[in-house]
Amino acid sequence: MKNSEKHLQDLNEIRQIMERSTKFLSLSGWAGILAGIIAIVGTVAAILYLDSRAISYEALLTMHHEDAANAPLVFFIADATIVLVLALSGAVFFSCRKAKKSGEKIWSPVTKRLLYHLALPLVTGGILVLILVWQRNVHLVAPFTLIFYGLSLVNAGKYTNREIVWLGIAEITTGLAATIWTQHGLWLWGTGFGIYHIIYGITLYHKYERKTVAHG
Amino acid sequence: MDNPIKKLNKDFESRVRLGVMSVLSVNEWVDFNTLKDLLEVTDGNLASHIRSLETSGYLEVRKQFVARKPKTSYNITLKGKKAFSEHLSALEALLK
Repeated sequence: MKNSEKHLQDLNEIRQIMERSTKFLSLSGWAGILAGIIAIVGTVAAILYLDSRAISYEALLTMHHEDAANAPLVFFIADATIVLVLALSGAVFFSCRKAKKSGEKIWSPVTKRLLYHLALPLVTGGILVLILVWQRNVHLVAPFTLIFYGLSLVNAGKYTNREIVWLGIAEITTGLAATIWTQHGLWLWGTGFGIYHIIYGITLYHKYERKTVAHG
Repeated sequence: MDNPIKKLNKDFESRVRLGVMSVLSVNEWVDFNTLKDLLEVTDGNLASHIRSLETSGYLEVRKQFVARKPKTSYNITLKGKKAFSEHLSALEALLK
């Protein structure tokens, strides 16, 4: 009896070590929730801005090579950059906090592997989007940020909690839909980066964080 | 019927050695400090267990210099992979 308990303990420990040594498990649900809220605020800011200038998003997309489109474009780029920076800072902050709580090192080979797999599609998408803005193919910006972000999440799925793959697939699907119906790009972007992140964050929190809190 | 207890590998009785094999079975070339952090053991303790695994031919060692500092990494050998997976099967068989 005592022996079989030891064997079971051995197996559990093996499984845990295998997971800990291959996956970055410090992603926090709070980071997802915060990123979602920031993205929604960013989307609302964009909608209010367009309203104040009495331009519709659809009209903005068709303003090719017109000076009237310059100011809104600058606003959109600034808005999106602020959203990105704040959401990323939140993710880093909550990950560090979670790693510290569970006594793990934040900068480990596992972290590097996760970041590398996240970065590849993300940087590609980022450069592509800059090219699109430069070419004034503005209607493809919202859909392509969704698609490439989704691809990067799916790509990183092997190196962290699996839920991220579902978030990725949802982003890709929404991005493809936004490519078909470009006139709805703005609110689809808000849904993808806002609402999906919040759902993902809450799921992550319920599955991995609430438990550890309850157990002390 | 074979007694599965006989199939348990004595080399893996220690928690540290079991841990080292677990990490190496799912990662290629892991360095000493990463192993130390993952398994939460002291330098001396880890070094002696690694030496015994190396003597058994379960892992191979690579020493290199990274930014002028020596870095020792370990990789599981074919023999080690086989021994570890047999040990796991034996553990599972015992629990059935």
